[in-house]
Amino acid sequence: MLDTSCYHCGTHCESLNIKIDDKLFCCYGCKTVYEILNQSALNCYYDLTNKPGIIPSEIKGKYNYLDNKEIVDKLLEFDDGSTAIVKFNIPSIHCSSCIWILENLSKLNPHIKTTLVNFPKKTVRVTFSSEKTTLKEIVELMTSIGYEPYISLEDASSGKKKQSRHLTYQVAVAGFAFGNIMLMSLPEYFQLNEFWLDQYKPFFRAIMLLFAIPVVTYSAQDYYISAYKGLKHKVLNIDVPIALGVSVLFIRSTFDVVFNLGQGYFDSLAGLVFFLLLGKVFQQRTYDFLSFERDYKSYFPIAITKIDKDKKEQNIPVYNIEKGDRLLIRHQELVPVDGILLNGNALLDYSFVTGEAHPVSKKSGDKIFAGGKQMDGSFEMEVLETMSQSYLTQLWSNEIFKKDKAYSIKSLTDAISKKFTIIILSIAFISGLYWYNINPHDAFNVVTSILIIACPCALALAAPFALGNMLRLFGNNKLYLKNAEVIEDLAKIDTLVFDKTGTLTTNQAHIKYSGNSLSDKEKSCIKSLLRHSNHTLSRKLYGFIIANEIFEIIDFNEEIGKGIFGICDGRTILLGSANFLGNQKIENILQTTIWIKIDDKIKGKFIFENTYRKDVQEVFEKLKQNYKLIVLSGDNEGEKATLNKLLPAQVEYYFNQKPQQKLDFIKNLQSEGKKVMMIGDGLNDAGALAQSDVGIAVSEDINVFSPACDGIVAAEKFRMILNYLKLAKNTVILIKISFAISFIYNSLGLFFAVQGLLSPIVAAILMPLSSISVVIFVTLGTGFLVKKTDICH
Amino acid sequence: MGVIYIMILVSLLIALLFFFLFINSVKSGQYDDTYTPSVRMLFEDELVSDNEKEKSKTTK
Repeated sequence: MLDTSCYHCGTHCESLNIKIDDKLFCCYGCKTVYEILNQSALNCYYDLTNKPGIIPSEIKGKYNYLDNKEIVDKLLEFDDGSTAIVKFNIPSIHCSSCIWILENLSKLNPHIKTTLVNFPKKTVRVTFSSEKTTLKEIVELMTSIGYEPYISLEDASSGKKKQSRHLTYQVAVAGFAFGNIMLMSLPEYFQLNEFWLDQYKPFFRAIMLLFAIPVVTYSAQDYYISAYKGLKHKVLNIDVPIALGVSVLFIRSTFDVVFNLGQGYFDSLAGLVFFLLLGKVFQQRTYDFLSFERDYKSYFPIAITKIDKDKKEQNIPVYNIEKGDRLLIRHQELVPVDGILLNGNALLDYSFVTGEAHPVSKKSGDKIFAGGKQMDGSFEMEVLETMSQSYLTQLWSNEIFKKDKAYSIKSLTDAISKKFTIIILSIAFISGLYWYNINPHDAFNVVTSILIIACPCALALAAPFALGNMLRLFGNNKLYLKNAEVIEDLAKIDTLVFDKTGTLTTNQAHIKYSGNSLSDKEKSCIKSLLRHSNHTLSRKLYGFIIANEIFEIIDFNEEIGKGIFGICDGRTILLGSANFLGNQKIENILQTTIWIKIDDKIKGKFIFENTYRKDVQEVFEKLKQNYKLIVLSGDNEGEKATLNKLLPAQVEYYFNQKPQQKLDFIKNLQSEGKKVMMIGDGLNDAGALAQSDVGIAVSEDINVFSPACDGIVAAEKFRMILNYLKLAKNTVILIKISFAISFIYNSLGLFFAVQGLLSPIVAAILMPLSSISVVIFVTLGTGFLVKKTDICH
Repeated sequence: MGVIYIMILVSLLIALLFFFLFINSVKSGQYDDTYTPSVRMLFEDELVSDNEKEKSKTTK
């Protein structure tokens, strides 16, 4: 069979006309990219990966704002007048060909010096000669070959974030010291009173002490800080016994070495800090390509076209927009502020604000809200509110977005550590008193030994490794969580709140036809007519209708926001809203419909239905046994009947909820003592997602969009929600078991310590042994849990 | 016997050297992206120049 997929992007080709060098293309965009690459001898692009390309998007005028020096300066990372460096975020990077072509950009524009791709983060760092080329030229070049940089307001407003490598250095120092101290302390373990060893003892001990200093002062510093903060807030967190243990270990060992009493516990000290930091690294695993902290700034453009009083167009940064300004919104541009439509027709796609799939059309004089994307031509608007005052953006002034969650979370480990610390301190005190009465000289030894062995190394490692590993396993199964603590929160959830549009429904509308049946020829005519329209509904319908022939259309006419009209094969065809067809009968306003009229006869209508995810019913049936279920929707009640039929009876419904109301709703539930998980998708859910105990965003395409949340789940895994929750609960049980194991080790150590028998070698064996066995136990345990609870399919 | 002092000091110096090399490589960003370089090393520059040669031949 003939391969009808596009040579560039692999999409199925509608027509077989766009050809060059025997290669087939789906559109002129793809063909142009091929030509550009071919001319510059970059067609190796197609050899590396089969059909790697991306259909380029329209760019005419879109990047004019990059002429504005103020904006360019904000985007550049570095500029000394001749050489400039800029970093772009390019969501469409997906294969090795992408890396290759982007790193060979200099062949397309000789003034680009180097380009460096970071594949996991999907970024490109471009170094170019700023005298000879401009940022605009580079952005347009990248867009023209399909790699459109994602430039948003966030890039301009946030300071350049420096990635912290602090923890890596701390681990490196601790690991380095651990290895070397081990080497130095080994000879003394055998306790041979040899002449040779006695001669070098002081030298070895001095080196161990030297190595231990950076471990205690630098590597372990975060534990002191955290313990101090905890005590200040009157919380005995896990870092308190750790900090205590580390400092006692160091003081006691230094004391031993300086007064020549023994070799000290420097090896245990370095090992302890090293393992603890490793646990931290393991828990901190993040997803480079995802961002969980996004707010509206990530979606808003940097600049917009303003129309001056003397009708001149000017690019201004969006934060300079003032009330009363006149703005020009072009095709595919986002409305940055609330305003009134002046002239032109607006067809706004609010899909990432509300999750609603169908664009809304607005007439001149209508109020339009920020966040909509213009889908059809361009229009002018007058600004009513500045950006921070807009309906949508106001939500972010809510304090929930500023709250530092650090001390609101009471983790499992901290809860246990409170009791643990109190018990250990009292044991140390009592045995100290006892030994003081028998032999005051040993009291110091015993008390320090107890504090050393009580240092909750295994305890502190159990949760980081269990949660860190679980985080990774969840990630493999397309639930991406912000951090490990979210798993603990997941285990406590008892109430689930769902958004409707985009969460329970898919973005792909289901199209249904009702009316008189259409002949094949009529279908062909409709399809031919639709070919000429760029309206999103037309595009969808075009894909839906199956027809073999394509006819020529005479007199094509489109009334934006209303419908299209044309003569095909001698017959007049009208497609559009009921109004457009002259049908004044009251329409069901809760549905999106396209009516068909052929030769003055109304034939029928196409209905665009919301489609529910196919597993919604099953998921709710399963969930209802253990959880309270609520559907919270920003839409009208049009779908209530369908929902009632589809979902179990005990589900509660709330409609017409504004973003702020959603947030308050969650707050109310929480004040009743409920642990709430919010599952949503649009920016209008952002407040609710932030307020809830766990906010999960459902995303059709992980790389593209999600509001600020605690986790992102791929849409196809929606039906796994119950299993995810189960797994989180089991993980917490697993952690509790490993706590029990580490308590056994601690009691064993205490048995030696209270008797004053803790020798350095016992400590050196017991500490790593307990840590490693707990780590192995939780790692195997989490793997087993995932196997048992099916989340893969 | 003094040789032990020298040997240990020398070995520690070597260890410290590698330690600082490691810290420097972290600082320079070598470990920030561990995936892309593995793909990049498989690209061959020759492919491009071959095509360029062909192109210059055909244009002649």
